[in-house]
Amino acid sequence: MDFMLDRIHKAQSFCNAACEKMGQQINIMEVCGTHTVSIFRNGIRSTLPKRLKLLTGPGCPVCVTDQGYIDIVLQLADRDDCLIATYGDMVRVPGKGGSLETKRTKANVKVVLSSEDALQLAKDNPNKIVVFVAVGFETTAPATAVVVKEAAAGSIDNFCILSGHKLVVPAMRALLSGKNHNIDAFLCPGHVSVIIGYGAFAEIVEDFGRPCVVAGFEPLQIIEGLGEICQQFSADKAELKSVYPAVVTEQGNTTAQKIINECFEPADGYWRGLGKIEKSTLKLKDKYSRFDALKRYNITETPGEDTSGCRCGEVLCGLIEPPECGLFGKSCIPQTPVGPCMVSSEGACAAWFKYGQPKREQ
Amino acid sequence: MKTTKNDRILLAHGGGGQLTDELIRHHILPKLKNDTLAELGDSAKLNVASKSLCFTTDSYVVKPLFFNGGDIGKLSVCGTINDLAVAGSKPVALALSLIIEEGFEFKLLDKILSSISQAAKQNSVNIVTGDIKTVEAGAADKIFINTAGIGVKLAGVDLGFEKIATGDKIIINGTIGDHGLTIISQREGIKFQSQLQSDCAGLAGLTCELLKNTSGVNPVRNKTPEASVSRLTGISNGVKFMRDPTRGGLAATLNEISKGSGLSIEIREADVPVSPVVQAAANMLGFDVLTIANEGKFVAIVSPESADDCLNICKNHPLGKEASIIGEVVQTHDAPTVELITKIGGKRIVQMPYGRELPRIC
Repeated sequence: MDFMLDRIHKAQSFCNAACEKMGQQINIMEVCGTHTVSIFRNGIRSTLPKRLKLLTGPGCPVCVTDQGYIDIVLQLADRDDCLIATYGDMVRVPGKGGSLETKRTKANVKVVLSSEDALQLAKDNPNKIVVFVAVGFETTAPATAVVVKEAAAGSIDNFCILSGHKLVVPAMRALLSGKNHNIDAFLCPGHVSVIIGYGAFAEIVEDFGRPCVVAGFEPLQIIEGLGEICQQFSADKAELKSVYPAVVTEQGNTTAQKIINECFEPADGYWRGLGKIEKSTLKLKDKYSRFDALKRYNITETPGEDTSGCRCGEVLCGLIEPPECGLFGKSCIPQTPVGPCMVSSEGACAAWFKYGQPKREQ
Repeated sequence: MKTTKNDRILLAHGGGGQLTDELIRHHILPKLKNDTLAELGDSAKLNVASKSLCFTTDSYVVKPLFFNGGDIGKLSVCGTINDLAVAGSKPVALALSLIIEEGFEFKLLDKILSSISQAAKQNSVNIVTGDIKTVEAGAADKIFINTAGIGVKLAGVDLGFEKIATGDKIIINGTIGDHGLTIISQREGIKFQSQLQSDCAGLAGLTCELLKNTSGVNPVRNKTPEASVSRLTGISNGVKFMRDPTRGGLAATLNEISKGSGLSIEIREADVPVSPVVQAAANMLGFDVLTIANEGKFVAIVSPESADDCLNICKNHPLGKEASIIGEVVQTHDAPTVELITKIGGKRIVQMPYGRELPRIC
């Protein structure tokens, strides 16, 4: 414990030194939703110098999923021949005419814990077409690819996926290419880096001159990641580093990458808050197109309209903090979420609401 | 007709006729028999030499019925006993009502009745009256149990929110989160192998010992000089308030105490006992262990002078070996809040959990 505290104090001293040297606010964006939750749960913000500001990024899969995608899922849930298989957090995201949770009364929405469960659902329900709501970054994409291949090999034709898979690096590029951004450095996601390797962030450092540091999810690892970034600021450098060497390599998991590439190809796609980003989403390759729900049902994905007043998009880009949204803590609370950032357990608004400021008595 | 010919509950077993009688005589009485129950009257006659009684009821619909560390039977006895225990009373009698779905297997019913019998014996309390209803298949999920309990208030013990004062210490009698995570780990669709075990236990033995020994009624073991002085001069009872942190976990109970007393609470993460297997499971599922249900724990608010005494009494009891002083009652500045000092020295709010719908944990 003492050893841990020593390392924390060391990292904190780097943060203090950088803030002093820079003489202005330093904004570090944590890209991953799991980082956001850990930062709040461990009270990390309260231990940082005032001038070091953490911005929450577009790293929660449910949150970045565009409203248009949600509306397609809801549309499919209305069909009697469909069985929707989804990860838990998605069921509460509101869209046109309710959420999957309200549709669940029709018993054609099933919560699954893995893509394998979704495929099993198809095997168990031969009279229904199981549509797997496949969201997530490079972390969950390999698992989706595996079941698509399994379905193809076993000719399980009543199975398809609605791919909402997204790529992290194009989103980071989009953020830095925007005019309004205030991002000085990135705390890069640990889980995604296990798959894509920390080398994938090199282009951000090279093209935009922003420090990128990959960190794990324990409080010590996060603080050390922030300390590493601050050391770079003090030394006037912008480098690519991983402080998560136990599990993240430069190349990443090449087997998982290969499986993704076998099934998917990058395509332009919509993100909540960020709009359309070039080659930022994964769509099934032509040889697997019969498992593509969009093709099967002849649906074209169009950008959806965010609920009026909901500022999740700006929260996801680190432009505002949740309490700056007029709905936060008023009409948008965990019991009755308006936007996905309040729905997801990894959402910035939910974390802020749960661990952040005390809710004042009305 | 003998019930032994049936291996399942029939609707007629709740019909009040011969089958009901046989169910009571062949299955209930052999397990739960005592003089009061054996009279099989419309009401139980109790001789209680006290004017001050506690009375409570609770219904149990846990799924699955059998889980590592207990079952619905044990839970239905312990849960009601604990509600009486934390109110400062000694449980003396329980009522037991069974609502059974047609087709429920007798061997499972017998197993549940054995657990009820064992739990009642362990806690020195009799089941003195009861009821059985059967419902059509599909109208209930296997078996639901209601228990009601009467307890005799311990002499000289007066617990309440109004007794709580700044500086009071907060004690918990052991690890948190064990019950809730055990149930979740055995739920359909999530099932995972683990060494998780519910903490389901009746606490009256420990609470009675604690209350008797810190309220000046009886001499104390392991007493410290300071504690005995306060008792001799009768400054105040050591224990001021108790509650069992069931649904909503420690987070809900501490928030209730904070709100009820109008005072803030500060707890230290490092002092809150959590078993490594529970912590690992909570991390995996993304749960905050502070919000997970317990069924064999109580939180006691005690005067600072008596805190060490109380802790020792707990530690000397089988159900309090891992007891810990987890924090203090502190001055309220704005509104009463519960704050956690994290292991890394950060601070965050512990909110009243908003009740992620975890189905039927008790």
